[in-house]
Amino acid sequence: MSDIVRRDPRAEWIARNRLHPLHAAQQSRGQGRWPGPDGIVRKNPHLAAAGFIGAAGLKRIDRSGVQQGSAGRRSVDRGEVQLPLHIVEQPAFYIAVAPDMVGGRLSSHDRDLLGLARQLAGSAGAVLAVVFGEHKESGFEGAGVDRLLLLDAAEYQGYVPEQRLLALRAVEARFAPRHWLLPDSRSGGGELGRRLAASLGERPATRVWQVKDGQCSGRAGAGREDLVRPLPRLLLAAAECAEPVGETRHEARPVVLEGGVARNLPRIENLGPVAVDPARIPMAEAEFILSGGNGVSDWALFHRAAEALGATEGASRVAVDNDHMPRSRQVGATGTWVTARVYLAVGISGAIQHLQGIGACDKVVAVNLDAGCDMIKRADLSVIGDSAAILQALIEKVTAYRQGGSRDAA
Amino acid sequence: MQPELNILALVSIGAHPASGRLRRAEQDARAVELGLLLAGPRLRVLHAGDPHQEALRGYLGMGLDELVVLEQPATADALPAVAGYLAGSDVQLVLTGSQAETGEGSGMLPFLLAERLGWPLVVGLAEVESIDDGCAQLLQALPRGQRRRLRVRLPFVASVDSAAAVARQSAFGPARRGRLEPHEVEVVDDPLLGEASLQPARPRPKRLKVIKAKTAAERMKAATAKAGGGSGQVLEGLCAERGAEAIFKLLLEEGVLR
Ligand SMILES: Cc1cc2nc3c(=O)[nH]c(=O)nc-3n(C[C@H](O)[C@H](O)[C@H](O)COP(=O)(O)OP(=O)(O)OC[C@H]3O[C@@H](n4cnc5c(N)ncnc54)[C@H](O)[C@@H]3O)c2cc1C
Ligand SMILES: Nc1ncnc2c1ncn2[C@@H]1O[C@H](COP(=O)(O)O)[C@@H](O)[C@H]1O
Repeated sequence: MSDIVRRDPRAEWIARNRLHPLHAAQQSRGQGRWPGPDGIVRKNPHLAAAGFIGAAGLKRIDRSGVQQGSAGRRSVDRGEVQLPLHIVEQPAFYIAVAPDMVGGRLSSHDRDLLGLARQLAGSAGAVLAVVFGEHKESGFEGAGVDRLLLLDAAEYQGYVPEQRLLALRAVEARFAPRHWLLPDSRSGGGELGRRLAASLGERPATRVWQVKDGQCSGRAGAGREDLVRPLPRLLLAAAECAEPVGETRHEARPVVLEGGVARNLPRIENLGPVAVDPARIPMAEAEFILSGGNGVSDWALFHRAAEALGATEGASRVAVDNDHMPRSRQVGATGTWVTARVYLAVGISGAIQHLQGIGACDKVVAVNLDAGCDMIKRADLSVIGDSAAILQALIEKVTAYRQGGSRDAA
Repeated sequence: MQPELNILALVSIGAHPASGRLRRAEQDARAVELGLLLAGPRLRVLHAGDPHQEALRGYLGMGLDELVVLEQPATADALPAVAGYLAGSDVQLVLTGSQAETGEGSGMLPFLLAERLGWPLVVGLAEVESIDDGCAQLLQALPRGQRRRLRVRLPFVASVDSAAAVARQSAFGPARRGRLEPHEVEVVDDPLLGEASLQPARPRPKRLKVIKAKTAAERMKAATAKAGGGSGQVLEGLCAERGAEAIFKLLLEEGVLR
């Protein structure tokens, strides 16, 4: 329940004014029952009817007189409703899921997949999520994970598909899951799932978009046909293959792999990411966008900041109309719909046409002079201040960081 | 160009996504293009299927003299034939597409082939930077236009996707002149076709925005609320350095500073 106090100025004024005809009634507010002038006990029926907010988040009215409503302070229920906890003590079987964890969090694709896993697990089975590397996710419980296997040792960091495959094979040996579910995505799941399939000798169903009555449908070929087949053990599912879990909470009880996982000598050596010119990445695909609007006064500085940060440039329509940026860089309803993980909006007020274009962005950071603008309401982090000064400071920070980093590496 | 390198590209029959007309497959043609850049006319190209398929001439038109076809019906499993052919050859690098445009198109063939041959597999090959001392340095395409540099020892299998260089045009003359060289192989039937059926693709149901609200007030709020209203952190009255510091910290946490 929120602590917002709703004041009733008129009632307060009446309470102060002893000459007001309703003064007496105001005095008795909050008591529920009081002795009237003729000795009869008076009850306030409104007080009981005001009710209280019960455990399920619903308003409850108790007329037994035990519960005293809080009528003096009307408050609004805004709290989190606790969803029922689904416990699987002794799983009859496991449904194993290896989510992508792009950026260390469950993606919407992962959540859909966990929803599908939950459907397949029913009440007897447990959904086992196998998560590689360090993660920043705190919502495994709400996503439908009954058992959580964290493999965050050093050998699982970075691009190590062969080592991860060994771990999945160890999971196969230890838990013998009834089904394996992986996202059929380019962010790792599609590759790892196919490696697992080839290694286990299982024929997977790929690009699955529907599972129904023991049959699954997946897109085949160039997407003009569907392949409908009995549900195999290994599924590589497309996004929106099922509804994500939303009605229950789950334990996400940690489990470990006893006996550990064999280590292999990697045959594929990862030499690290390659610097790609951010300006050449199509804006719709860019991971990190620095976007400028009418509040950017110094565009040379803006371009320098984008270069220092390694961000792809974007712009609001006003910035484009004023010829500060090319039309192809416009973000929004009539521009490009972007999917960046981090969207840094500098001097953009957040008109609805602009906000539509960044609906799919994960983290939005706003720099603006006006603390009341709509962009601030959308943003996860907002800094109120002058764009030029903040961009300048940001450039200095990042340059210092880069130089420090290269000195450490040397 | 690496004249001493033995490279083989696997090609399948493509289909136009809208009309369904058979053609060279988009990704496989990119694999052939990459092979031609690396090995020139020494590139070998292999298909398992029908040697009279005219769509295969689309690959010949890229400047190949011949294309080896392991003769088998469309219902047969391509893997045993291809693996058998490779086992007896001196091929060091096999290039494939990532997903066929006709048939199942599961994208499993390169994985199964690598597993069967015991070779490493690289997916999403975008560019071969260099090959020396039996080691190849490659660029792998990642989502969001990113690239990763890998080093792999020969021999290996690599699948090419749409991030690799666009295939050259197919010219009519070479396409006519090139030879489709049929080879006899043992035919192994694909068990999948017994239990699965191919149907015209059904449009996927659009996901509705489900509002899980128990009361009318909550529904009203959900219908009128602006996206993610007011949950963010607002830093007001800080100097520019402190503000930049906070933004910088978030960028670091999200790992977008490279
Ligand atoms: C049919 C239609 C389609 C449209 N499509 C799009 C679209 O696709 N994309 C799009 O972006 N717009 C679109 N628009 C325009 C949109 O409605 C807004 O006009 C536009 O997005 C506003 O751009 P802005 O935020 O850059 O400018 P403004 O609204 O002028 O906002 C500037 C902001 O910068 C801040 N500011 C000023 N000075 C500073 C400073 N020194 N430091 C920091 N902050 C400062 C101000 O406080 C303000 O919040 C469309 C409009 C229509 C009618
Ligand atoms: N019949 C075939 N002959 C040769 N190569 C093939 C054949 N089928 C598939 N391939 C190759 O394997 C890749 C993936 O195919 P698939 O596993 O069928 O999606 C394709 O892009 C081709 O390079």
